[in-house]
Amino acid sequence: MKAKVYVTLKPGVLDPQGKAIQHAVGLLGFDRIADIRQGKYFEIALDGALNEDVAREAATKLAREVLSNPVIEDYRVEIEN
Amino acid sequence: MKFGVIVFPGSNCDHDAYHVISKHVGQPVDFIWHRETDLSSYDAVIIPGGFSYGDYLRAGALARFSPVMNSVKEFAARGGLVLGICNGFQILCEAGLLPGALIRNRDLHFICEHINVRVETTETPFTNQLKGGSVLRIPIAHAEGNYVCDDATYDELGRNDLIVLRYCNERGEATLESNPNGSRANIAGICNRERNVFGLMPHPERACEDLLGSADGRDIFRSLAATLAAHASAS
Repeated sequence: MKAKVYVTLKPGVLDPQGKAIQHAVGLLGFDRIADIRQGKYFEIALDGALNEDVAREAATKLAREVLSNPVIEDYRVEIEN
Repeated sequence: MKFGVIVFPGSNCDHDAYHVISKHVGQPVDFIWHRETDLSSYDAVIIPGGFSYGDYLRAGALARFSPVMNSVKEFAARGGLVLGICNGFQILCEAGLLPGALIRNRDLHFICEHINVRVETTETPFTNQLKGGSVLRIPIAHAEGNYVCDDATYDELGRNDLIVLRYCNERGEATLESNPNGSRANIAGICNRERNVFGLMPHPERACEDLLGSADGRDIFRSLAATLAAHASAS
């Protein structure tokens, strides 16, 4: 079983890295991109014997307490069997 | 009075802090390895700069889980003085001992240069020997020093006089041009509501000797020492 955790900056928090990427992309000729925001993605392998609810709870705790900083970031958790 | 300098894997300003306390403050100081948990013999604890845990995940994020950090929280709750410099400031924010967060610099670069900061309050154990509004020339060296917080936190910082230092120009004006990293309202350092935990991005420990280009940082350590001396004579 695998948990996928997406950590993204909250709306309104400046993303200098996303802005730099957007600028570079613009130089390549992709001029129709309105905005790019950079985030983080984690793949977490979980014990296969866990049921999905327990796995989701564990991954969510990890996302909330370690992988994201609630001051600046949001997270989303997906469980894949 | 006894000082402790916490050492995480990846700390690299620990010796500078130790040097300043032993040479310029002239007081006993120990290194405290991050796996230690007994802080009972210390009056002040310094969390130094560096790249704890390689700054993996987020700057300061993993250091928060070191055993010593629970002790630092208890130490702070008992009123012990905690000074977090650069990576130490990032760790204090990640640990929830100070509000807000430090994100990537506005212009992405790692910035290593002398900047000016204005003393916004002298009502702290770390700035009480300084003159309000005075300008200190102190180096910064960071890639993630861009202070962010929500509006409610910012209002609280202002209302309670918790903004200790702001980036400014030589004349003491906190302008856009003098803000090196994009920090909200030029914030360079803040303290908690109890005023015993202070975090700042500039490195006062690198500005204690004229030979290094500035000795303005000494007044911060002098304030710390004066506060502890006053505590000692009162008790």
